[in-house]
Amino acid sequence: MSDAWMPLGVVLSSFLPGLVIFFLAESRIRLRTALNLVGAFAKLGLIGVMLWGVVNEHEYVFRHTVLPGLDLVLKADALALLFVTLSAVLWLFTTFYAIGYLEGSPHRSRFFGFFSLCVTATVGVAMAGNLFTFFLFYELLTLSTYPLVVHRGTEKALRAGHVYLAYTLGGGAVLLVGTVWLYGLAGQVDFAHGGALAALPPESFAQLQVIFLLLIAGVGVKAALVPLHGWLPMAMVAPAPVSALLHAVAVVKAGAFGIVRIVYEVYGIEFAQSLDLLTPLAFAAAATILWGSLRALFQDDLKRRLAYSTVSQVSYIALGIALFGPVGTVGGLVHLVHQGIMKITLFFCAGNYAETLGIHKVSEMDGAGRRMPLTTLAFSVAALGMMGAPLTAGAVSKAWLMDGAHAADMGWAVAVLWTSSLLNAAYFLPILWRAWFRPAPRKWPKENIAVRGWRETAWLLLLPPLATGLAVVMIGIFAEAFWSPLTWARLIADREYLQ
Amino acid sequence: MSSFFDPLPWLVMLPLVWGTIAFMLGAGRGARLAIVAIALQLLLALKLAGQMLEGGARSYAVGGWGAPLGIDLAADGLAAAMMLLTQAVALPLAVYARGYFAARPAGSALFWPITGYLLAALNALFLSADLFNIYVTLELLGLAAVGLVAIAGGKQPLAAAMRYLLATLLGSGAYLLGVALIYGAYGSVSLEVLHPLVAAEAPLAVMLAAVLMLLGLLLKTALFPFHFWLPPAHGGAPAPVSALLSALVVKASFYLVVRLWLELFAPLATPAAAQLIGLLGAAAILWGSWHALTQTRLKMLVAYSTVAQIGYLFLLFPLATPETAASAFQGGVMQAMAHGLAKAAMFAAAGSMIVATGRDDISHLGGVGVQLPLTLFTFGMAGVTLMGLPPSAGFSAKWLLLMAAVESGQWWWVMLMIGGGLLSAAYVFKVLRRAFLPVAEGDHVTPVPRVLEWSAFALALAAVVLGLYGEPLLQLLMVGRMA
Repeated sequence: MSDAWMPLGVVLSSFLPGLVIFFLAESRIRLRTALNLVGAFAKLGLIGVMLWGVVNEHEYVFRHTVLPGLDLVLKADALALLFVTLSAVLWLFTTFYAIGYLEGSPHRSRFFGFFSLCVTATVGVAMAGNLFTFFLFYELLTLSTYPLVVHRGTEKALRAGHVYLAYTLGGGAVLLVGTVWLYGLAGQVDFAHGGALAALPPESFAQLQVIFLLLIAGVGVKAALVPLHGWLPMAMVAPAPVSALLHAVAVVKAGAFGIVRIVYEVYGIEFAQSLDLLTPLAFAAAATILWGSLRALFQDDLKRRLAYSTVSQVSYIALGIALFGPVGTVGGLVHLVHQGIMKITLFFCAGNYAETLGIHKVSEMDGAGRRMPLTTLAFSVAALGMMGAPLTAGAVSKAWLMDGAHAADMGWAVAVLWTSSLLNAAYFLPILWRAWFRPAPRKWPKENIAVRGWRETAWLLLLPPLATGLAVVMIGIFAEAFWSPLTWARLIADREYLQ
Repeated sequence: MSSFFDPLPWLVMLPLVWGTIAFMLGAGRGARLAIVAIALQLLLALKLAGQMLEGGARSYAVGGWGAPLGIDLAADGLAAAMMLLTQAVALPLAVYARGYFAARPAGSALFWPITGYLLAALNALFLSADLFNIYVTLELLGLAAVGLVAIAGGKQPLAAAMRYLLATLLGSGAYLLGVALIYGAYGSVSLEVLHPLVAAEAPLAVMLAAVLMLLGLLLKTALFPFHFWLPPAHGGAPAPVSALLSALVVKASFYLVVRLWLELFAPLATPAAAQLIGLLGAAAILWGSWHALTQTRLKMLVAYSTVAQIGYLFLLFPLATPETAASAFQGGVMQAMAHGLAKAAMFAAAGSMIVATGRDDISHLGGVGVQLPLTLFTFGMAGVTLMGLPPSAGFSAKWLLLMAAVESGQWWWVMLMIGGGLLSAAYVFKVLRRAFLPVAEGDHVTPVPRVLEWSAFALALAAVVLGLYGEPLLQLLMVGRMA
């Protein structure tokens, strides 16, 4: 039997439960949870099988012709599975977290329905086998995240939704122009190692440079490349699970992942280098890294500070890719996973502070570590990881990125990375210091959940950040193990460079 | 083939028969009969499409007489596709109308008989093989459509109906004048006979005839700047009527423009004229979208969206350069299909929202998202088709047109189409955003019958499914065409 259905199965395993959930009454909590979990585990099962296959040099491809010369292609290769696995695992954690977080609040069926559609779109983006398929899921991601951003239905949320749509639909339109142009020029080209454009006649190279700019600008909106990042801090009005999974992982990573695909598998890294496209990309990424970190310094709102930190950190991926050479590639790819796990931990914790104690601002964090030691422990581990402290995932990605910059003879990139690390410390350490060492106020802003023994907040809110926080340390210490993201990133880099 | 079961004559006869029976049954009756009969028509249209995919274009001599004495019915792929669209839109709408008029009886008295005649006129128009028959069906179609607008009663709908009547009579008058000139020049009205004659020699009178006929049809299609009659007529009628008019009736005159421009008058069409038509289309997109954005009434917003979407249809003409003719033609017709399904869904969803909130006002849509999630979802899905995002027939249409634009190097149309998509997003989200809000104080949102929600959903779903499985339709379109 053919195994082409497996990539489709990964997409459908969240799509179908999502559709059913829309039509469930608010009170059917158990059925809704069961559907979510069955979908999440079915997805993980399929991914597990495909991971094994891909290690053994197998590729899973689903193809459906929509129009002549326009195929919908879902392909599970090593690169796709890096992102799919990340999304599926974190989806599972976030589902638990969201169940705890939204307990008793209205419109949960709508929330979980769109939440499942978002995950569907994310894995679709990951497994897209050509630009059209990528565009399809990229737009689906926009449409299915919008209701989550405006979920609370307040004026502020609606305004944020407006900005969000303007940015992302605009980006989608630019991406479509680039895609149409490329299809007109080269016909339908599937993503493939080394790209397929180098064979085009040299007189089209100027056009290819413009198309590259369009495509990167289109995906750059979601990747929050400066100056296209304005939507991300505003989108933080969404409920915490949305900020955690979507805006720290799914949406921004869809953009960053798009950059990876375009550079490696549409243009091919060597061809992109020969067209002088990588250096401008590296500059854009470096500018974003510094600008995001600088802005983060001045945010008092905790989620906004984390959002600017996301702006900065996601561009590490773009920088790693733009460093021409396999070491930088490994650094960029592994950071795609590492940043996701670290950032989701931070957002889980931020949600816990807000839900449990009503803390929304950095200036309200005094003494939070004594009241919520476990949450603050997870937060601290993830924050140290973001700074690149030893024994964390962040140290691994930063080491590979630095080596990559050295290998590519781009000394200035090393300087950018060091500066960013210092800035990261400058905006994360004061939070940790306040939480652990400053005395707690007599009264928290709005205490909703009382302490009970070890349980500083609801179990469903506490366990997910502890698990992901533990993962931050584990993948940092066991970076050389066969199951680590680093090993997988090296496998991808081997295949991309050896073609 | 046994001619008794031939779908061609039955597609015209059947709606005439059930329309007449519904008329005799009395005011507001005949809904169930209509639904069964339209389902039968859909099967016939499918059978016809199947026959043509196997055996090519079809014709049928009514009563066995044959032209020029009798009347010929002829169908190529384009006609078969338009008939499929007509029945596919009409069936869910009939189910919807039955539920809608049960909740809001105003204007239901003559709905079923007139709808029967309207469908008969549409099918006959698509099957007509000569210019004069086309005129007759066009006139019948126009009168039935005006009748549907007028039956709602009240001052505003009547004024809209009068304006519509004026436009449609003026349009068919201009068309008839053109037919007379052609008959004077060549002594025939048969499309088949005329085709080689026009190609061989076209005197000035024929040029004039072509211009008159096209202008008349553009007026009936409501292409900018001839759109003045459309928003009040489509926005003021009961929701099932608005849906029929926006989805199907304007497509009939568009179909004739395609036929005449690409076939009969192809030797006369110049690139400059094509660019001019395209410019009108561009103006329609911008003007219609802008006005849709500024509306406060929901159905007027949807009606102005029709003005904008009609603009896309006419991009077919400048994009149909010799190298890109096939893809432009397919894209234009696909757009007609996409808009037909999506706009019917959108008007039906808007009708449900109006029934639920008791008023036609965008600012009072709060609470719809909670009470009518499926209807809101339907509106959004139809909106995705109108924005031209995948997967939907609207995207397939836009993709075909975009490829034609890129391959013929006409960049300005690429920008227009993609920018127009963003404008559609703006007015679609204007509605969605409101509907997400909680119920405003003093407003009530009551549930609506499920059949209203699901029939509209079926239409929106069809637009998405067509976007995923468009290939058979494209094959059908090429039947009987020299590509």
